[in-house]
Amino acid sequence: MDTPAAGADPTDRERLAENWTERPSLRSWLTTVDHKRIGRRYLVTAGFFFALAGISALLMRTQLANPGSDLLSPQQYNQLFTMHGTAMIFLFATPMLFGFGNFLVPLMIGSRDMAFPRLNAFGYWVFLFAGLFMWASLPFGAAPNGGWFAYVPLTSVQDSPGLHLDVYTLGLLFLGISTTAGAINFIVTALKMRAPGMSLNRMPLFVWAIVATAFMVIFALPALNVDNAMLFLDRRFGAGFFDPAAGGNVLLWQHLFWIFGHPDVYIIVMPGLGIVSAVLPAFTRRGVVGYPLVVLAIVAIAIISFGVWAHHMFAVGLPQVSYGFFSAASSIITIPSGIQIFAWLATMLLGRLVLRTPLLFVIGFIVTFVLGGVTGAMFALTAFDQQVTDSYFVVAHFHYVLVGGALFPILAGIYYWLPKITGRMYAERLGRWAFWLVFIGMHVTFFPMHLYGLFGMPRRVYTYPAGLDWDGWNLVSTVGAYVLAVGLLLVLVGVVHAVRRGRPAPPDPWGGDTLEWSTDSPPPAYNFPVIPRVHSLHPTWDARTAESTGPGATADRILSAGRRTPLTSELDGRYERPVEMPEASGKPLVLALTLLVLFTALLFAWYPVAAAAVAVVAGTVAGWLWPGRRAEART
Amino acid sequence: MSAELPAGRSTGWWGMVLFVTTEATLFACLLGSYFYLRFQNGPQWPPDGIANPALLRPLLMTAVLVPSSLPMIWAERGLRRGRLWRVRAGMATSMLLGLTFLGLQATEYAELLTEFTLTTNAYGSLFYVITGFHGLHVLIGATMIGWVLTATRGGLDARRHDRVRNVAIYWHFVDIVWLGILFTVYLSPWL
Repeated sequence: MDTPAAGADPTDRERLAENWTERPSLRSWLTTVDHKRIGRRYLVTAGFFFALAGISALLMRTQLANPGSDLLSPQQYNQLFTMHGTAMIFLFATPMLFGFGNFLVPLMIGSRDMAFPRLNAFGYWVFLFAGLFMWASLPFGAAPNGGWFAYVPLTSVQDSPGLHLDVYTLGLLFLGISTTAGAINFIVTALKMRAPGMSLNRMPLFVWAIVATAFMVIFALPALNVDNAMLFLDRRFGAGFFDPAAGGNVLLWQHLFWIFGHPDVYIIVMPGLGIVSAVLPAFTRRGVVGYPLVVLAIVAIAIISFGVWAHHMFAVGLPQVSYGFFSAASSIITIPSGIQIFAWLATMLLGRLVLRTPLLFVIGFIVTFVLGGVTGAMFALTAFDQQVTDSYFVVAHFHYVLVGGALFPILAGIYYWLPKITGRMYAERLGRWAFWLVFIGMHVTFFPMHLYGLFGMPRRVYTYPAGLDWDGWNLVSTVGAYVLAVGLLLVLVGVVHAVRRGRPAPPDPWGGDTLEWSTDSPPPAYNFPVIPRVHSLHPTWDARTAESTGPGATADRILSAGRRTPLTSELDGRYERPVEMPEASGKPLVLALTLLVLFTALLFAWYPVAAAAVAVVAGTVAGWLWPGRRAEART
Repeated sequence: MSAELPAGRSTGWWGMVLFVTTEATLFACLLGSYFYLRFQNGPQWPPDGIANPALLRPLLMTAVLVPSSLPMIWAERGLRRGRLWRVRAGMATSMLLGLTFLGLQATEYAELLTEFTLTTNAYGSLFYVITGFHGLHVLIGATMIGWVLTATRGGLDARRHDRVRNVAIYWHFVDIVWLGILFTVYLSPWL
């Protein structure tokens, strides 16, 4: 392919580079607002937390390999499974997918940055500090120990004294700031920053998935925040929300938790489905079949997911009538999920398959996710649910959904976008080895759980007696877990190998259809020398898009005077005006650090310190939002 | 000094609308919890030993807070015509009404805290957390107005326009949420 965007002459390019490039220095490392650097940080940090959560899982699997093992104490086991679940859900899956979103959304929609670059930087720092805040409790034996869903009354101050659950409530409240900021940023970016001509019905499916996810965060996360705030007040100050003796109700926790928690399953899976829709066109040589139907399915899932929360509570004694409603809603949600699966299968059947590692992971995803969906449909039946609830059958089900629905697409995405992110190609053979080890390891680990779940093994037990038909299968699961771990290690080796030794990647190694492939690998700081004009759903397969960035590109799309990118209208992507983007700033880091001080002070009940931190937060926010004069000076 | 608003919604406008949406969901969760605990509690509500909430003061607070959106709207209209004095006068009036609301709330707390507290029972926890959280929002809104009043000292331009509009959105949100709280916390026990 020719150099993309010959339309910007050398002076334009120099001015763009001058305005956007950050000189490497400690200062720029701490103050950067570049969405690509922030996206990479999200990916690396979430990967680090994934490793910690994975090691926790290996320890648990080793403990469970044989009956009556005493490798871990019950207390250690409780903390490990709680941190494993909490970290996988909150510190790995969502941030990893937000990392892809941060790196890719502006590139896919032809923008030079996110709508709020400094908020973006702030969101990353908060995520990092909140993650460290929670993990730091583990070496002190003070980690959360009530399961990732932290059901009261097990987590009340009477039954779980100490800091454990305070780390959980405060850590998640702290992290929630980052997730909310990220969600708002994604929605506004997708609505206002699309390249001219990219109407909503030309927006890539991955971006649709991220936007739907962000809307789910907006409406679901407050329930978790309210829940955690109430639990904190109950534990620390003796409020009575969950205390039956004071007229409170323990089921209130579960309702609020699952009003958040069920949409959260889709918050985690949806961007994964988006990655699948992004990877398929490049390896089938055609667009995803039924684009409008897939978009409708994404929107339908986002809405229906709010009507199914009580299917997590079929065994707690709800009124009979609610079983019917939630059972029906849980069955209905399989329809839009099925539409997407059939759209992908049709795409593969009608296209020409190029079987490389990313596509292997997509196929692995479809197989695994469908199996998880089938057991999900079984759980929608109340009678079945009441039989196997809180057994290892549940553990098998949700690992099929989450490993299948999030981890496999994430791995597909890593291999697919590695050339774009690092500018280097990965080694194909290493990738295939990693795929087969991960795929086999995953199924060997989790498939037997269906069996010993049906045989009655409860989840969250730290050991079990011999002779219950559980021991052999548990050993199989443990062996599978180590195979899975070796496979994931190979992924890491593959990434490091690519970064160190990979051959340089061309702008478009796969023949992808979205705009990120129309710029260099890795993209320059300003993403696109000329903001492309979009004419169809597959802009890089469309000669008119390439022409629009060629010679004669107009000044309103080169925008080399200043740090600028165009705003377009929400629905049809009509050009509105250029906006001035903010420069690097240290305030996001200062604000996130102050919040870390605030939450640490709350954890240890140093209330004067907390009050001082609130004052600094207010001051920093005021200074951050103060209207500067930079924009006027350059106009 | 340009007073013209540029074409199209700004990113800041969308950001504030989405922020307010997620905050509104937060209040919805709190009010939903109120009704959940109330209906799980049996017919006696508020529980024994706590009188039904007195209505005079909350209605007075409503009469102070809800109309405070009007000077804000007047200020915003003045903004479109580039009349800085209207922006200042309108927003200052809104802030004053908001602070009056907070003053009334403080006198209410002073009385009620002798009757029941956050820890008395679940009703007390709900009452103080819901009203307190809303009061905190009024305080934040008033702080934002104070901040914008200072920031418009340099006059108006597109960037300052955006800030005035965003603060107005937040202020209307705080007012509307109060109506939900008035109904739930103060009026519904009488029904």
